[in-house]
Amino acid sequence: MTAQSTPAKAPRPWLALRDDLLIPLLAIVMALIVGSFVIVFTNFGVLDILSGASSANLAGAMWSAIATAYGSMFEGAIGNFGAIATAFASGDSAAIGQALYPISESLATTAPYVLAGLAVAVSFRCGMFNIGVEGQIFLGAIFATYVGYAFTGLPAIVHIPLAVLAGALGGALWAAIPALLKARAGAHEVITTIMLNYVAYRLTDWLLSGPMQRPGSTNPISPLIAQTAELPRLLPEPARFHIGFFIALAVAFGVWWLLFRTTIGFEIRTVGANPDAAQYSGMNVTRNLVLAMCLSGALAGLAGANQVLGMNRTMTGGISGGLGFDAIALALLGKSHPAGVVAASFLFGVLRSGATKMQSVAEIPTDLISIIQALVIAFIAAPAIVRGLFRIRRGGDDARTVFMRGWGR
Amino acid sequence: MDPVLELRGITKRFPGVLANDHIDLALGQGEILALLGENGAGKSTLMNVLYGLYKQDEGEITVRGKPLHTTGPNDSIAAGIGMVHQHFMLIPVLTVTENVMLGQESLRGGVFLDRRAAANRIREISKAYGLEVDPDAYIKDLPVGVQQRVEIIKLLYRNADILIFDEPTAVLTPQEADELAKVMRSLVAGGKSIIFITHKLREVREVADRVVVLRLGKVVGGANPKTASEAELASMMVGRQVLLTVDKAEAKPGEPVLIVDGLRVLDDREGLVVDGVSFDVRAGEILGLAGVQGNGQTELVEALTGLRGPQAGHVTIVGQETTRANPRTVTELGVAHVPEDRQRDGLVLSYPVADNMVLNTYYLPPFARGVVTQQAEVDKVAAERVKQFDVRTPGIATSAGSLSGGNQQKVIIARELSRPIKLLIAVQPTRGLDVGSIEYIHSRIVEKRDQGCAVLLVSTELDEIMGLSDRIAVMYHGRINGVVNAADVTKEQLGLLMAGVHPDQALAGPAAAA
Ligand SMILES: Nc1ncnc2c1ncn2[C@@H]1O[C@H](COP(=O)(O)OP(=O)(O)OP(=O)(O)O)[C@@H](O)[C@H]1O
Ligand SMILES: [Mg+2]
Repeated sequence: MTAQSTPAKAPRPWLALRDDLLIPLLAIVMALIVGSFVIVFTNFGVLDILSGASSANLAGAMWSAIATAYGSMFEGAIGNFGAIATAFASGDSAAIGQALYPISESLATTAPYVLAGLAVAVSFRCGMFNIGVEGQIFLGAIFATYVGYAFTGLPAIVHIPLAVLAGALGGALWAAIPALLKARAGAHEVITTIMLNYVAYRLTDWLLSGPMQRPGSTNPISPLIAQTAELPRLLPEPARFHIGFFIALAVAFGVWWLLFRTTIGFEIRTVGANPDAAQYSGMNVTRNLVLAMCLSGALAGLAGANQVLGMNRTMTGGISGGLGFDAIALALLGKSHPAGVVAASFLFGVLRSGATKMQSVAEIPTDLISIIQALVIAFIAAPAIVRGLFRIRRGGDDARTVFMRGWGR
Repeated sequence: MDPVLELRGITKRFPGVLANDHIDLALGQGEILALLGENGAGKSTLMNVLYGLYKQDEGEITVRGKPLHTTGPNDSIAAGIGMVHQHFMLIPVLTVTENVMLGQESLRGGVFLDRRAAANRIREISKAYGLEVDPDAYIKDLPVGVQQRVEIIKLLYRNADILIFDEPTAVLTPQEADELAKVMRSLVAGGKSIIFITHKLREVREVADRVVVLRLGKVVGGANPKTASEAELASMMVGRQVLLTVDKAEAKPGEPVLIVDGLRVLDDREGLVVDGVSFDVRAGEILGLAGVQGNGQTELVEALTGLRGPQAGHVTIVGQETTRANPRTVTELGVAHVPEDRQRDGLVLSYPVADNMVLNTYYLPPFARGVVTQQAEVDKVAAERVKQFDVRTPGIATSAGSLSGGNQQKVIIARELSRPIKLLIAVQPTRGLDVGSIEYIHSRIVEKRDQGCAVLLVSTELDEIMGLSDRIAVMYHGRINGVVNAADVTKEQLGLLMAGVHPDQALAGPAAAA
């Protein structure tokens, strides 16, 4: 077979796919392995043996430290299969709810990750770096909260969509500021979005201790949203699993469709991949930058709305908890592809909600989870390490990584 | 004499492509070896293997009798091999010295860059081989020809003595190409050996000592450039007879399609580079715009296609004022544009060939219904065009960036010529194409003309201008220095016009008297 001009299918597409899936998976494995070193060497039992203060079996102690930590993490994140089976067998809905609590909590944590991760991914796809997702989450949350408590007497079927859309609008408006500054004055979005994060924090402080403060409270907290604005929960208390998870999945699908199946997405991606070629082919580069930024902000706003309407039902300064910054990692991890972002978000959701259980059972600080998250990102960002360790040959084109085009222009 | 370099049985596969198929090649000391071959024949791939950018699947390389095992360019550089790529690899915001030092920094006190020492060595190298360049200049301020010299100096700075040039003259003006030929001769005189890739047969005959021809990844033969004719070389490359001259009938010009009136355009640095240009191009004629690179052609074309707003003057296309229209409006009036810089403007390298085929029509039916793209339609049309224009690619899903340089150009030409168009603005349309493809593209351009399309051909290649054009406008320092009939002008007269000699004097020769 030689160089030929007959059109054929993509050359061995599974090679590229294999890279897309295998590398992240192995990165996770590597991160867990390195994480287990951290567990072992911060475990008092193991340290005692090492310092000679105890004569127990070293290997056994190490193993049990790791097993307890990851075991409890798994149980806290996914659940206990035995318990789930028994609960279903008993048919008691309260028991089922309790058995499903861990996994449902993981999924509930996944939802905002998906939305925020998509926000960053969309900006990457258009060649921009939206670091302002955090601030846009706050604005989305504020808008959703306001619509949530200030409008009363609406039926849920109207009130919920209204509050959700308000969240998206809040995020989009906040993102429109750096977008327009970039379009009109050439201000770099990295700088302006970072600045606007601080503005969003202070704005929130002021609103929650002023106009939006809960009547009768001295804390910076908003009124509870009306029940008609609450995203319905799907499992009995105390599970918080709500329809936000499915909304997030639907939004991810929508973003995929928009990016890869419409001319709008084609323009956004072209501007991201080569703005000169985009201009040459008649696309309005500026308009696409603004559009992508607003879309990114809207997604961030949805994440904020999800937290208020689904999880907390009120607005506080801790509504985001750094979600907007984890989102950057999620977009990188998911290679700015909606499916990748969903997978990465699930991973983070599981790690986060498992962390709580791990802390209480194995007495390992939740910080370990931050370390593992950081390791996963490090291994993904440096695929050469994983390739070298596992001796994987390179497949597919190399030009496939999507990231912003650097700091110029 | 022992060869300095030997390649034996080099084989390199890419997904769906056998790019090099058991290639044997030897390079003698002090020899200039020209590597010829069609677009996608595997020339760049072979050189990238030699330079250590790709790892061959089979075969071995020996340098001065010693086997060379590469894990990257560093091994090749250490073995004395250096390469100037088809697309330059310089950092525009750094100076010449800094670029040359990059990766080979000379230090003072272990930590500080010793720019002075480096600059001095650069001056020595410049002098020794006639490579004039200012070590303190920034790359972004240098013309292409000088940037290339910097690339060469970079190699010499690393003590390379086997030099690889991948299509070095594709981006050069004829004058710069002549200078490069001189440099190459002084390099071999100084003990270097050179492999150089080109599609320009004239250059081969001028500088090469020996020719090796590749086709479909295999060596298909060699020739002595001093005795072989251009036609012989051409048919060896393509495997059939090639028409080296354009075959066209008398033009039948109709109404003016493009009217440019008193156009003034500023460049990025606010300098006036198009200074009151007026001309028109009629339906059914090819107007060649000749001129040494950098006389305002680039900015003129950008202004005509809506990429750059002119400062003053008017542009009218098919009767409609388009002076400050955007590129979309211009395209929709039926204007096709083959851009000067294919990788910057013409393609999205990370996109599949299919998407690049519809880069400016993606939003029109049948490629989109409303905002929904119809990928099946895109793929169908792309596959047809790939076949029609003989784009050598494993498939339409292959990314444009992994095509050979010439095939990238063919993707653009295919896209632009297969639309219904009234005006074709083609800048260096055959840059980097092999003789067979040039023949095909030229015949398609003439065919467009005969169908009543107006063609503005911008080229620094005099042969192309003279072979294809019906009328020729010469640009000099931002102005039109004479418009002549292609039939009654000589190459020498054009050369004079391009050098800024007043038309009255330039055309006062025997041809003009006729
Ligand atoms: N990185 C790559 N990935 C996949 N295929 C490639 C890659 N590089 C080259 N090819 C394929 O290998 C073949 C040879 O390409 P190569 O660039 O060596 O051609 P060339 O002889 O230099 O052509 P040109 O004269 O057009 O520059 C082509 O079919 C090309 O599509
Ligand atoms: Mg090449």
